[in-house]
Amino acid sequence: MSDYPSNTVPETKMTARNVSVFYGAKQALKSVSIDVSREHVTAFIGPSGCGKSTFLRCFNRMNDTVESARVEGEIKLDGTDVYSPEMDVVQLRARVGMVFQKPNPFPKSIYENIAYGPRIHGLARSKADMDGIVEGSLRRAGLWDEVKDRLAESGTAMSGGQQQRLCIARAIAVDPEVILMDEPCSALDPIATAKIEELIDELRGRYAIVIVTHNMQQAARVSQKTAFFHLGTMVEYGDTSTIFTNPAESRTKDYITGRYG
Amino acid sequence: MPLSLIFLVLLGLGLGAFALGRSKGAAMASAPGAGGGGRIGSVHSRPNYHGAFVALVALAPALLLVASWAAVGDGVIAERVIASVPEATRPATELDRSAFMNEVQGLVSGDMEAGFNPDAEVAAKLFVTTRGTYNLIVGALAAALFAMGGLWAFSRLRPQFRARNSVERAVKWLLVASSLVAILTTFGIVMSLVFESFRFFQSVSPVEFLTGTTWSPQTAMRADQVGSSGAFGAVPLFWGTIFIGAIIAMVVAIPLGLMSAIYLTQYAPSQVRRYLKPLLELLAGVPTVVYGFFAALTVAPAVRDFAVSLGMTDASSESALAAGLVMGIMIIPFVSSMADDALTAVPQAMRDGSLAMGATRSETVRRVLVPAALPGIVGGVLLAISRAIGETMIVVMAAGLAANLEINPFKSVTTVTTQIVALLTGDQEFDSPKTLSAFALGLVLFVITLILNIYALSVVKKYREAYE
Ligand SMILES: Nc1ncnc2c1ncn2[C@@H]1O[C@H](COP(=O)(O)OP(=O)(O)OP(=O)(O)O)[C@@H](O)[C@H]1O
Ligand SMILES: [Mg+2]
Repeated sequence: MSDYPSNTVPETKMTARNVSVFYGAKQALKSVSIDVSREHVTAFIGPSGCGKSTFLRCFNRMNDTVESARVEGEIKLDGTDVYSPEMDVVQLRARVGMVFQKPNPFPKSIYENIAYGPRIHGLARSKADMDGIVEGSLRRAGLWDEVKDRLAESGTAMSGGQQQRLCIARAIAVDPEVILMDEPCSALDPIATAKIEELIDELRGRYAIVIVTHNMQQAARVSQKTAFFHLGTMVEYGDTSTIFTNPAESRTKDYITGRYG
Repeated sequence: MPLSLIFLVLLGLGLGAFALGRSKGAAMASAPGAGGGGRIGSVHSRPNYHGAFVALVALAPALLLVASWAAVGDGVIAERVIASVPEATRPATELDRSAFMNEVQGLVSGDMEAGFNPDAEVAAKLFVTTRGTYNLIVGALAAALFAMGGLWAFSRLRPQFRARNSVERAVKWLLVASSLVAILTTFGIVMSLVFESFRFFQSVSPVEFLTGTTWSPQTAMRADQVGSSGAFGAVPLFWGTIFIGAIIAMVVAIPLGLMSAIYLTQYAPSQVRRYLKPLLELLAGVPTVVYGFFAALTVAPAVRDFAVSLGMTDASSESALAAGLVMGIMIIPFVSSMADDALTAVPQAMRDGSLAMGATRSETVRRVLVPAALPGIVGGVLLAISRAIGETMIVVMAAGLAANLEINPFKSVTTVTTQIVALLTGDQEFDSPKTLSAFALGLVLFVITLILNIYALSVVKKYREAYE
């Protein structure tokens, strides 16, 4: 494994160079470097506790909210360091959205859940504007037909799968450039999972998407690039088809074939 | 032989019974063959349980006897003593009898050198001898009960005897009895409130009490005075209570309490929180009389000076504002710790979701956390109000006694609790409407705080369930 990924990706959106993360004195991520493509879905796989979420949360600086966390190295969005003064964290998070493992809609109406981001960032000039944004986001998330008659109902009263799609709609309402998803289907049943996977496929190309998953088939189905992590390091990064059929590292092979926890 | 000595001797004997039972239990456990042998199950209960069983069976009836004699004994002796007084000088009315017995008791305990009543001196001697005899009888009976219980219990000890279950059952009943004491006492207090209030409402109509706007109970002191019936319209008191406790105090406590909770839960580094939170909660432990000093000596004069500087030359040094401000400070820890709980109970995922949308911390607090925690916060505020309107010391020292219907916070108002204190301090007859009105006020206060508490707790509980 080299320090820098050998195979460059087309149209790099975000880059990470030698990123290390410490929780207090404990190092959770060891000098990871990666290029994230604008056009592809990138999957992070690896055993539990290997640092996938930690790494993902570097891209929108969510680790800032953890008191003990310290990030070293360099992360760039379109060539601008996300820690530089030109990149305010509020703007960064508007450009790099995030969907969490457990659906976390706000205890507000469906409409207000979607309108939350646009309101904060002042994206709508009028009520009609906002209505348009809400409808557009719900449509892109494939949720519009299911909820258009009950926009005033609480977002927490929907099914888990609908809630997760609502969270995706909420994330795309501010029209981000990158969407980070941390195990977005792990709390969902197979049918809801299939819907989310379909949605990810539709969103591909419009947003750069990074998804953490424990489900090998899911990674194979939705992603074009896959990075395998183990014990805080990135073992291997490449085309999903290569990683799954012909991995270079034996550790990757063992994990993918299920011989490794 | 005094009862306390009997009591101690019984306890000592109980220890002995425990030791005997225990040693028999231990002997059974180590006995070879015949069910013994030290395996689990060969002897049902451990030696300690055998000991406790014997001690309990021996002690319980004996102690019950001594306790009930302690409760009724003096009355029985008093009957005997009074009956011995020559018919001509025997006290007849209830009042005379109790005065006479007071004198006798005084002589017996040595508090009094000599009685006013010559009969009392004779009676005192009789009292002492009668008491001695009776105590001796009770002691002997208790010892007999103890011996019977102990022997019976001891004879029941067998390897398969379920001493543990019996002891556990006894422990359960002991705990039930202890919790009943608190509940029954509360019930008794409420009943006495209701009873005395009922007597009050026989002379003053509840409608007048609850809707009248004039409060001047003092005039009822002397029967020959003009307007001796007094005026018992409690509305000014209710108004003063609400004005100070639910309005002024809350205007202070809600924003300050909420904001400190927000700082502590959302902004403070964990090191700061670790020290600041207990420090804030320490405020709740300051005796209210200290707040009272502060209100009366520091805040009230400052408030008056401020009012005078505004041009209110008649500003009183006892003002609703002074009492309310200090009470608000006192209530801050209640509001903040309830709000703290409510905010901490909002799932971290909610906060992360908002932050990940690019919301700042204060936007997250304002738009997501506070709305989500609102029921808990409201519940906390209601509990704080109920605490504030029942608070006594601060208002007694700083709010004044004038029952005014006044919305100028620089003027003096009075509260329910202040009036109760004023009505009941000093020598009072407990059957005039004046003193009885204190019970009616207490009852109203009790009912209001009870309703507030029940409602607040149900709000908080429902909200907790929503996140579980
Ligand atoms: N807030 C935190 N404080 C301290 N240590 C943490 C914190 N978050 C994560 N860690 C540690 O960092 C390491 C990596 O955690 P991370 O959550 O990134 O793993 P992961 O690969 O996402 O695992 P999973 O697949 O179970 O989600 C783990 O050892 C974890 O214990
Ligand atoms: Mg994770």
